[in-house]
Amino acid sequence: MKKEDVPQDDANMMEGSRESCYAVDENGNYTTVKSVGWEPKNIVMQDAWDTVNERIEEVKQLVIDGELSPIAYYMEKNLMDTKILASYVGIWRFIVKKHLKMKGFTKLTDKVLNKYADTFDITLETLKNKELK
Amino acid sequence: MQLDFKHKQSAHCENGVSSNLFAYYGIKLSEPMIFGIGSGLFFSYLPFLKVNHIPVTSFRPLPGMIFKRAARRLGFKMEKKRFSNPNQAMSELDEKLKEGIPVGMLVGVYNLTYFPKPYRFHFNAHNLVVYGKEKDNYLISDPIMETPTSLTSKELRKVRYAKGVFAPKGHMYWTVKAPQEIDLAKAITQGIKQTAKDMLTIPIPLVGVKGIKYLAKQLRKYPKKLGNRKASQYLGQIVRSQEEIGTGGAGFRYIYAAFLQEASDILKQPFLRDLSVEMTAIGDLWRDFAVETARIIKKRSEVENPYDGVADMLVVIAEKEKQIFQKLIILKDA
Repeated sequence: MKKEDVPQDDANMMEGSRESCYAVDENGNYTTVKSVGWEPKNIVMQDAWDTVNERIEEVKQLVIDGELSPIAYYMEKNLMDTKILASYVGIWRFIVKKHLKMKGFTKLTDKVLNKYADTFDITLETLKNKELK
Repeated sequence: MQLDFKHKQSAHCENGVSSNLFAYYGIKLSEPMIFGIGSGLFFSYLPFLKVNHIPVTSFRPLPGMIFKRAARRLGFKMEKKRFSNPNQAMSELDEKLKEGIPVGMLVGVYNLTYFPKPYRFHFNAHNLVVYGKEKDNYLISDPIMETPTSLTSKELRKVRYAKGVFAPKGHMYWTVKAPQEIDLAKAITQGIKQTAKDMLTIPIPLVGVKGIKYLAKQLRKYPKKLGNRKASQYLGQIVRSQEEIGTGGAGFRYIYAAFLQEASDILKQPFLRDLSVEMTAIGDLWRDFAVETARIIKKRSEVENPYDGVADMLVVIAEKEKQIFQKLIILKDA
């Protein structure tokens, strides 16, 4: 890639920062050029985020329907799966899976709920009141 | 308290941290040099390892390898440590800083407050250097960022104890002894030969040149096997790791081309400069692959069987990479 061809397609993926890209100058020597982004890359990034957001919306509806618990919602919101969540809260994965169901959630003590609230960086009340922020 | 540490932005975090740490001890090498000496170019497709429900494709070796190899080949003596106790991980960091030693460490990016939000997934193999502490603030040189930054002790502790794949567990590393002199030609040759060997001869179909061909074969089956939506997500993931912050573009192929160019001058081997030009061309092909992938995701592809189309592109790339590394594997020892 030539220096002047380094794309500058801004989709605010770098949030004002720029990344370093390698390209050749007019004499064929390598140099670095700072870039705010590249369209194909912005498209695949956006697509990945769309997928994440779709999943969050799906789970949100299931929580409203009373099937899944707010923990399931915040897990998706924090881009986690049960494996990552289990290691953050320090609870066995198969037990975490039970907590994702509304049935399992309503039985939880404040002590356990606090672990989840801390991990998701929300208050205990938010979680208890099933607020979906 | 602040060490006289020079922050320099780089494309890739591990190269950047290595380059900046080595420079602190008087060994000044460019990012491509570190990348080449550390045998940073690679390819692997790991269908059994999924992140965010999607198989991992990687254009580099395991986290920490580039640094480890570059340090060894240049004659640095390093030490590394992980801690089961986060308090100890923080207090040992403070001690090292007091002794005047900049400390490299692995962190997760999900909670890295200054990192661009669109890139903040649960990725745990990011490298940065801590080079000072002022009150409760740690001074951070993150090679991805244009300027130095800082984190509170609470924030730093959180990212050092990120959870998930490759959880860092407080992993930190520092220089015990720096070399007086380095044998650059020898280090370069070793780096090149290992890359060529890894790309050509590892007897696993998922890695190196064979891995690219294997992925091509899988791609053809994606739409039938996964359905269109999922197929395009899988395909997009390949491009995301190829063009992620830190690759310098085209899955590190441009950085490697820059390395071959520099190596050509140092080793006085003009043919390496020709191979650099070829590697740049391969980088351009990887970028064409990304362009076509973006079209598929946007449903704008004009090809009849778009997945066969991108698979064919990978087959061509694999063949060209094979030819380059066949020329590099027979490089004479310096």
